[in-house]
Amino acid sequence: MATYTSPVEGDGRTGLSDLTAAVEERFGSVLSPMAAGRGYVLALSLVQPSSLPSLCGFLFSDLGCQFGGMIAEEHSSHWQLHYAFLLPGSGWIDVLLSLPIETTTVPSIVAEVNAADWHEREVEDLFGIHFEGHPRLGDFILHDQIWREGIEPMRKNFAANRQLKQKLDLEWQPLLIVGDPGSFAMPVGPVYDGGLGESLHFLLETVGEDVIRASPRLFYNYRAVEKIAEGRRVSDVLLLAERFCATSAFAHSLAFCQAVEKIHAVEAPPRAAILRVLICELERLRHHTGAIAAICESTALAVPTAHAAIIEEELLRASCVFTGHRYLFGLNVPGGLSRGFEAEQCKNLLSSVDKAEKELRILENRLRYSSSFLDRLEDVGVVDVKSARYLNLVGPIGRASAQHCDLRGACPYSGYEGYVFDIPYETEGDGYARLRVLFAEATQSVRLIHQAIDALKPGAICAPCEGTYPGAALGWAEAPRGAALHWVSLDEKGLVERYHAITPSFSNWHGFHEAAEDFAFQDFPIILATFGLSATECDR
Amino acid sequence: MSFWFWHGLRRGIQSTGYPRRAEAAPGISPGRPVNTEFQTSGEAQSAASICPVDAIIAHGRSAFVDLGKCVHCQRCRLSIPSPMNWDPGYEWTRLPAEQSECATLPSAFSKSMHIMVVDAGDCGACLHEVKQLNNPLYNMHRLGFFFTATPRTADLLLIVGPVSENMRGPLLKTWEAMPTTRRAMAVGSCAITGGVFGRSFMCAGGAGSVLPVDFEVPGNPPPPLAILHGLLVATGRKSVTQDELVSEGRS
Repeated sequence: MATYTSPVEGDGRTGLSDLTAAVEERFGSVLSPMAAGRGYVLALSLVQPSSLPSLCGFLFSDLGCQFGGMIAEEHSSHWQLHYAFLLPGSGWIDVLLSLPIETTTVPSIVAEVNAADWHEREVEDLFGIHFEGHPRLGDFILHDQIWREGIEPMRKNFAANRQLKQKLDLEWQPLLIVGDPGSFAMPVGPVYDGGLGESLHFLLETVGEDVIRASPRLFYNYRAVEKIAEGRRVSDVLLLAERFCATSAFAHSLAFCQAVEKIHAVEAPPRAAILRVLICELERLRHHTGAIAAICESTALAVPTAHAAIIEEELLRASCVFTGHRYLFGLNVPGGLSRGFEAEQCKNLLSSVDKAEKELRILENRLRYSSSFLDRLEDVGVVDVKSARYLNLVGPIGRASAQHCDLRGACPYSGYEGYVFDIPYETEGDGYARLRVLFAEATQSVRLIHQAIDALKPGAICAPCEGTYPGAALGWAEAPRGAALHWVSLDEKGLVERYHAITPSFSNWHGFHEAAEDFAFQDFPIILATFGLSATECDR
Repeated sequence: MSFWFWHGLRRGIQSTGYPRRAEAAPGISPGRPVNTEFQTSGEAQSAASICPVDAIIAHGRSAFVDLGKCVHCQRCRLSIPSPMNWDPGYEWTRLPAEQSECATLPSAFSKSMHIMVVDAGDCGACLHEVKQLNNPLYNMHRLGFFFTATPRTADLLLIVGPVSENMRGPLLKTWEAMPTTRRAMAVGSCAITGGVFGRSFMCAGGAGSVLPVDFEVPGNPPPPLAILHGLLVATGRKSVTQDELVSEGRS
């Protein structure tokens, strides 16, 4: 059974040495010695699959670790399953399970770590590994109305350019769960909101007024980024890492580049690290402004929507003037950045950013006194602290429910430890708390941009990151929507062997139903907007 | 609550003057690489080799650009010593390669066109730029363009994304639900050629392989004004960009 731990008690209380000792004491007999590295501070290699659930449960519930995600790798003779846990303040812990290639069944950890639910479904769907004890496998990424059973596209023997004969069953009907008399289902999507919403499907089951069950069905935008990355050069996969989700392109390309840099044992020069922080925060500021505009729009408050949208467009333009691209494409390269920036450019950026912050302040102060707006947000879409911990919510959504884990503070990268900033959090977990977190984080981003520009010193912007270094590593970044983890594995030729991106939207869509259920239909678009999740970021 | 009324009024009209006059605000467009004449054929070759998506084709000392493939990675712009020229404009709408006539909507639509958008595996950039058309700074309503929530009243299907396998069905269903006269526009290099995602078991490699496309708006993503130009082209209020070198370079 899953037990709850308050995140406040869990955070930072356990040190790495305490954790190692505690794990050694309980699980020493089933662990084989293994050196850490590849982005992890501790590697626990498990020799006995049956102990997996209890070890994961121990890390998550008793020691207060965050669940990062799960990475499956197929090697010629064996499977490797990595379960990444984060010990805030110390770093990533790799729970590794190596299994012979014939293995078809692995124990599920869903009962202990609920957040692993979708990760296991993904691996089951794409690799064909069965997770024993998982309550619901099947129809996930490969939609059942199109894909025949038995297709396992992430297996090495499946060619990415293979053409399949699809059945394309347009009459397919989703499975209903609420069977009560009088209940009915309202399907939304995949094309909805005039197509301006990202492609995904919701099945809202109800007996009248309230949504009893909300099941999001994603992966309409699945482009098999991880499959087509295999066998390609790093510079080509970088384009994919940057382009599977444009609204947080810089954060994802940064996580990817950091993974490659770890494999090459290269560190970005100080100037590049500072500029990366600067651009990351610019992206966060722009993203949060866009999310605020979407929340205003969902409540049909026209003037604030227009106001926020103008700020967002001004930030897009400022990004374009500063970097040459409105969505910050083409900047990150393994080893640093593709281009440098002059002091004059930074000064111009700063004036745009300050202007945006001033406008956001005006907007925030006015929204605070708009009662019709607040009525729609307060006590709506509530995710309480315990559920948020149970579902392992990340990013601003998690932080609105007191999950104040932020990789910039919990596991700093790119020199974030050298900056002074707050990680704002709220405890109510409702729509208004999420809005307040967005506003507060935007302010902190501006603060970080100022510090980054002040800290900027002349120097190189890119360390050479060439040659072939086989190996694998984990890279991470706090994307605007939360923790992003990129696992990159390179072969002897320097080509990508396995690439896996764990995205904040993937983590948070899994917990979305918690907010949407038991609220009225008319609240649904507002809850959706306050979550501000991206389907394409989840789908990859 | 009345302060919102005054707040809105005080800000005044902020919309762009486009298409009556060109918009020159900085940052409205990332620009695009254009055909470049180099000193030596070696330079043209190296410009072509730096492009990760084969959008640049070297021919003698010239390097031609197929903007339908370009993913705006900026590598050719930053390459030393032979950078490609970049043009800052935004009027990029073109016709699909196999089409010679511009399939403009009949004149009845010129001041009232309803648009249905379908996200067919988009990364969010093109979709976001399409959404910006409702932004007061662009405000496409003043031109008689509207997003519609149902394909039954739509005149133009705007497709973003390379058409993922899971979206192929919904996309076709949307297209079939539209009344004729109807037009389809592929927005972004992914919707035109598949972009970085290309053609695979999961991607159709562009909207053109699923349904007949009438207009293409290249870019990764095309900025809002480029999409607005596409809408004006579809209604016959602007003409297609005739870049002879581009069509020559297209393989």
